[in-house]
Amino acid sequence: MKRTIITVVGKDTVGIIARVCTYLANNRVNILDISQTIVQEFFNMMMIVDISASEKAFDTIADELAQIGEEIGVIVKCQREEIFDSMHRI
Amino acid sequence: MINIHEVVETNQMIEKENLDVRTITMGISLLDCVDADLSRCREKIYERITTRAKDLVHTGKEIEKKYAIPIVNKRISVTPIALVGAACCHTPEEFASIAKTLDEAAKAVGVNFLGGYSALVSKGMTTADELLIRSIPQALAESDRVCSSVNLASTRTGINMDAVRLMGQMIRETAERTADHDSLGCAKLVVFCNAPDDNPFMAGAFHGVTEADAVINVGVSGPGVVKTALESIRGGSFEELCETIKKTAFKVSRVGQLVAKEASRMLDVPFGIIDLSLAPTPAIGDSVADILKEIGLEQPGAPGTTAALALLNDQVKKGGVMASSYVGGLSGAFIPVSEDQGMIEAVRAGALNLEKLEAMTCVCSVGLDMIAIPGDTSAATISGIIADEMALGMVNQKTTAVRLIPAIGKKLGDVLEFGGLLGSAPVMPVNGFSCEAFVAREGRIPAPIHSFKN
Repeated sequence: MKRTIITVVGKDTVGIIARVCTYLANNRVNILDISQTIVQEFFNMMMIVDISASEKAFDTIADELAQIGEEIGVIVKCQREEIFDSMHRI
Repeated sequence: MINIHEVVETNQMIEKENLDVRTITMGISLLDCVDADLSRCREKIYERITTRAKDLVHTGKEIEKKYAIPIVNKRISVTPIALVGAACCHTPEEFASIAKTLDEAAKAVGVNFLGGYSALVSKGMTTADELLIRSIPQALAESDRVCSSVNLASTRTGINMDAVRLMGQMIRETAERTADHDSLGCAKLVVFCNAPDDNPFMAGAFHGVTEADAVINVGVSGPGVVKTALESIRGGSFEELCETIKKTAFKVSRVGQLVAKEASRMLDVPFGIIDLSLAPTPAIGDSVADILKEIGLEQPGAPGTTAALALLNDQVKKGGVMASSYVGGLSGAFIPVSEDQGMIEAVRAGALNLEKLEAMTCVCSVGLDMIAIPGDTSAATISGIIADEMALGMVNQKTTAVRLIPAIGKKLGDVLEFGGLLGSAPVMPVNGFSCEAFVAREGRIPAPIHSFKN
């Protein structure tokens, strides 16, 4: 299973997680793990998700999430997990 | 499982510290495009490049999206054209027509540079080698994306001084022919000692004859990441300094390895090597000079610079080699003047001169790179500077290179503006004493002795 990391960075406002999660649920993206932290006063959320059951391609999901991010004033990024694995795991 | 701090760290490197993959370079063999008929040969070359590399740029973009990491350049290197054109080119003009074909092919597939308009003449020049070298000024003036390189020396063979003398003239001529564009032609021309066959970086990339039909080589970068990491240990011991550089280099190189593997899989072209170079760009925060400052120098060029650079270069390699099983190319810190904002500042401040840069090239890759010299510098003096740099590479068994830009019509203190990744170069002073009689001698400098090392 190829996992995808979704990150949300921006000013903390009501409903960020709800908006992102609703999109994921509507598109049959399964959330495996979710965590959040504040870095330099910015809200940082990370989700590890599995998109294999979704009908949409990775590219589409990445674009649509970025679009949702723009609407609510945060940056939403989708990346394949391998980049983090290769950088942080020997 | 990956945790949020690791994710934040990686994305911080990409977004704030200019971490990127500098280039995916596809090496393509043109050996079987050899033909006695020039137009047939050109057709075959065009066909080969546009077929092999048709998906290169698109694939690069797809990988960028997948990992959200910028891949700055997608490039091509080809078999040295002196070999490919030997059977059909009988004049420099005929060779230059191949450069046009290469330029068209590069534009057709959308790569920003194509390297390999090259000759390997470390011991002697064939007729074709010499014709190609003599065609370089025309080839670079009449093409936009073609890069040229000439290997003039090696540890095993010594220095071909006839070729060094000729290249001094060709560099001047290239500058003159592209004088209207701030001598831009010379930014695409480099001479080497011990040129590697698998270098993905321009202007010196070519696809060596020891390579397979096609190969993917990747150049990573990340001076900004190293600099930021060092900020967190200000005042720390050398041990801490080295550990930090190594760990950072490892992380940066692993991203390169991932991208290289993925590109190789998607393009169905074997993976060649990762080049572990710290390559700066003119962007703020993407500077090798800034790392040297962070290590503790007021300006690059200050006493201690060579030692600091030696340390940096070595730690980058030590961290990087663990990240990939196949490391090659130039693999070291680059110190081009025009492409590094910190280097430009050091030159302007009077901290850095040609002689100190020469000393620095003894301990890092690659050589005297992107240095503007006064427009009235003679061909013999350019050859003299090249010979010095070749001698450093030959004796120290390392790659060295020279990419000088005679600033035609400009003098000390003037600035050449290339724009983009090539940056801008302040004209630097050159020692004015003559080496004419030395350069005029014919033949070659013999290879150095390989024992009795002291």
